[in-house]
Amino acid sequence: MAILVYTESEKNEIKKSSFETISFGRALADKMNIDLICICFNCSSFEHLKQYGADEIVNIEDQNLEKFNSKLYSSIIKELIESLGISVVILGSTPDSKYLGAHLSGITNTTYTSNIVGLPESINPFTVKRSCFSNKAFSLTEINSEVKILGISSNSFGIIEKPGRGNLKEFDITSKNSTLQVINTEKQTGKITIEDADIVVSAGRGLKGPENWGMIEELADVLGAATACSKPVSDMGWRPHSEHVGQTGKPVASNLYIAIGISGAIQHLAGINSSKIKLVINNDPEAPFFKAADYGIVGDAFEIVPQLINILNSSK
Amino acid sequence: MNILVCISNVPDTTSKINFTDNNTKFDKNGVQFIINPNDEFGLTKAVWMKESNNASVTVLTVGDQSSEAILRKCLAIGADKAIRIDSFPEDGFSVAKEIEDHCKTQQYDIIICGRESIDYNGGVVPGLLAGFLDYNFVTNCVGLDVESGKAKCSREISGGVEIIECELPMVIGSQKGLVEESDLIIPNMRGIMMARQKSLEVVSSKKISTKTLDKNFSKPDEKSEVKLFKPEELDKLIDHLKNEAKVL
Repeated sequence: MAILVYTESEKNEIKKSSFETISFGRALADKMNIDLICICFNCSSFEHLKQYGADEIVNIEDQNLEKFNSKLYSSIIKELIESLGISVVILGSTPDSKYLGAHLSGITNTTYTSNIVGLPESINPFTVKRSCFSNKAFSLTEINSEVKILGISSNSFGIIEKPGRGNLKEFDITSKNSTLQVINTEKQTGKITIEDADIVVSAGRGLKGPENWGMIEELADVLGAATACSKPVSDMGWRPHSEHVGQTGKPVASNLYIAIGISGAIQHLAGINSSKIKLVINNDPEAPFFKAADYGIVGDAFEIVPQLINILNSSK
Repeated sequence: MNILVCISNVPDTTSKINFTDNNTKFDKNGVQFIINPNDEFGLTKAVWMKESNNASVTVLTVGDQSSEAILRKCLAIGADKAIRIDSFPEDGFSVAKEIEDHCKTQQYDIIICGRESIDYNGGVVPGLLAGFLDYNFVTNCVGLDVESGKAKCSREISGGVEIIECELPMVIGSQKGLVEESDLIIPNMRGIMMARQKSLEVVSSKKISTKTLDKNFSKPDEKSEVKLFKPEELDKLIDHLKNEAKVL
């Protein structure tokens, strides 16, 4: 028996978002007293895997697997589950991991439990706490499948250094063909994505027009943050759809979410609720967002944001 | 071309979330149910494909009689026929198995499910279904073109979009972007009248056992009151973010 963690990599390096998944896997492996195996694709450095707890590392080197392909990746992980006696598979909450988690459970005839917010409350029966109803509730869920496939909510467990043995393990794969091909990926380069960001700076209709986003981007720059927006802003074409966060947009689970000129409609809150700290800047003291916020400033964004940028710049 | 759109009957976004029976069941009292928004984007796309691809569109839900209202709405929006599998949807696994069972009796080229439902947020049914049926699968789908048995899909990824080509049959996890919010079809009187003539078939459940059980529900702790700062206290605010919240 062993636990398998799926780790994501970019340009041959393990992505930071996977450190938390490995940390979770390490803690669960200790609790269950079994080994932790990490799988990665086309990776060249393995220190991080070891540092956060991998006992064994399976690195699949294959030119055909340069791009994430849920069909091939899930077939390979299925081979691993069967030949290494894996009882728990752990994935993160990025779009790729959620895609893979659901697909993998389908081909292994098991199930996938997503949005898990902490270590299992018990191992036998296997019960986990997961968020549901757009973070307005938690479910204590008992999982009865033989192999358990778990998706861990971002920023719910934390990154913990606890080295494992870190031995590389050879594994020959047989899954190589697919009737599904990833043709092309178009990614913005040099920009921090909403999924990877520790801080997200988001703005709404209160900004009055797309020409006023300069200060939002500048604030995001100073903070090393990603930029996001509310639904009306993306509907009106002020900002690209990929920046829309909320129930029908992207989910946000950052450490700090800064909402500027966003009133805080329920649909918006549903998508950003799992962010740890929410700071709201709005000139309307009655804006519903203040009820969901940790910190707030009632005032004019056009005065406050430039001042914030100045203070942050001078304290660097 | 045959398209199946799987519909989830979910509480309206603005509903109060409460639980009954010792916090083991969702309290439906006073709650209005709607078509899961992610499913509705998929349904609209499917209705468009009636024109562009000469498609026939079936909608399906797994649920009790109370879910027929939203199936009628789907028919009014433009689906050709509806199927209700008569069962209480207890977990993603049993729901996906029920749908798989139906798909074995009826060949579909494309099966569309929302990327996740807005109630349980599991995001598991489309992937399970694709795996069970051994169909190709693309989720977070924001673009779909089908030509001579092949699909070209766009998938939203971290910081961009990915283009995927695959053979049919396939399962799609739909979301906003596949069509826009402004494209959603509001049924008109003619649509509503025509929906009454369309078939709504009730199929008995296979009573498939579940893999997960929601033992009980809880709500997050009450939020502490917001800490307000005056516009001239920005230094103090930043100090709080750094030293108290430790997020800077």
